[in-house]
Amino acid sequence: MSAHRIRFTLNGAAVDTTVPAERLLVDLLRYDLGKTGTKDGCSIGVCGLCTVQIDGMPFSSCLLFATQVNGTAVRTVEGLSSLLQEAFTLEGGFQCGICTSGQLVAADALLRAKPDATDAEIADWQMGNLCRCTGYYGIARAIARARDAR
Amino acid sequence: MRPFDYLEPETLDEALVRLADDPDDAVVMAGGTSLVILMKQDLIRPARVIGLRRIGELRAIGTAEGNLSLGALATHGALARSQPVRAHAAALASTFAAVATVRIREQATLGGNLAHADPAQDPPVTLLALDGVAVARSRFGERRIPLDALFADLFETSLEPGEILLRVELPPLPAGARATYQKFLPRTLDDYATVSVAAVVATDASGVCTHARIALGGAGPVPLRAREAERSLVGHRLEDAAIRGAAALAAAATDPIADLRGSAAYKRAMAGVWTERALREVA
Repeated sequence: MSAHRIRFTLNGAAVDTTVPAERLLVDLLRYDLGKTGTKDGCSIGVCGLCTVQIDGMPFSSCLLFATQVNGTAVRTVEGLSSLLQEAFTLEGGFQCGICTSGQLVAADALLRAKPDATDAEIADWQMGNLCRCTGYYGIARAIARARDAR
Repeated sequence: MRPFDYLEPETLDEALVRLADDPDDAVVMAGGTSLVILMKQDLIRPARVIGLRRIGELRAIGTAEGNLSLGALATHGALARSQPVRAHAAALASTFAAVATVRIREQATLGGNLAHADPAQDPPVTLLALDGVAVARSRFGERRIPLDALFADLFETSLEPGEILLRVELPPLPAGARATYQKFLPRTLDDYATVSVAAVVATDASGVCTHARIALGGAGPVPLRAREAERSLVGHRLEDAAIRGAAALAAAATDPIADLRGSAAYKRAMAGVWTERALREVA
């Protein structure tokens, strides 16, 4: 009911907007700011489709009110470089594509936090990004390929 | 979701005053991972949400007067990475690392976890076995609540209206104490535990047990201590018969809730199995 002015950066560009208290980050991104690469899947923080980075770390944008990113740096799939995208293509890291933007954002967060991530760390960080098509092997290979290409 | 008013106080005192204004229809939000879901599903419909994110002092992790002090706003991720936490008990750091997924661990906080009082959560179990004491404050003063008195019932705590959880304090462990946290995950690694067990023991020079703590998660409406099992170990060497006896007593102390992770009888049996494994790990 209350309205709140929030300021943050989205993929490096300044955002200054006013939201109602109950606006979820995923809805702010998709409906107000047009960043539809971020998907809303399970809506309870389990599936990983809505993964975004806040100050470099992965978060579920379906579990955050927009007010909670005031003063932070937010990155969505639209703000990633093409390195991971190419690796996912080369390694068959997707099929239907619904999970892909969340997978990419989570993988990018991992390689920022741990540029030399082990295969076990890759598996641990991707654990909360569900994929019903690939069986995960292609995704894990793609992330390892991007890691090794840096 | 019912529309609500959001307040983001700059100080703890301001938050306590705002909460006292409206203790029945306001909720406190730390990370928000559980609260947002409860609100989305209309299980709670607060008129007012008081966000704590600007109160930086509640994030602190450190030692004070010999105790390890864990701030209520410290995230699971920060606690898992914390050197003081690892130095106190590596099993405590790995307990925080065992919660859900990296996304949840970065958002969810210690205080939110405890105030939510979900009996299948990981941190309360290890914190119980480490003799944790919660510290809560209202406008009228501060109160220390041993963790086994904090958990009142399923998703219910003994926090009073108007109280905010500030931190958890852990006393020093006996010299040479060994601790472990065992989480039974038959489905997926990011799941809640079917049952979980934390065990802390210390022995004297001749191998006789001088200190024993056994706590269980997913084994009843609240995270619980298996006190009879603990007492059965003290004064004895941690050998096969003592361990099996304590595991049986721990299983008998459970009061599991049947759900999609198993029947009550299955969980009780698994509580025994995993208590035995935990004790063998630290024996």
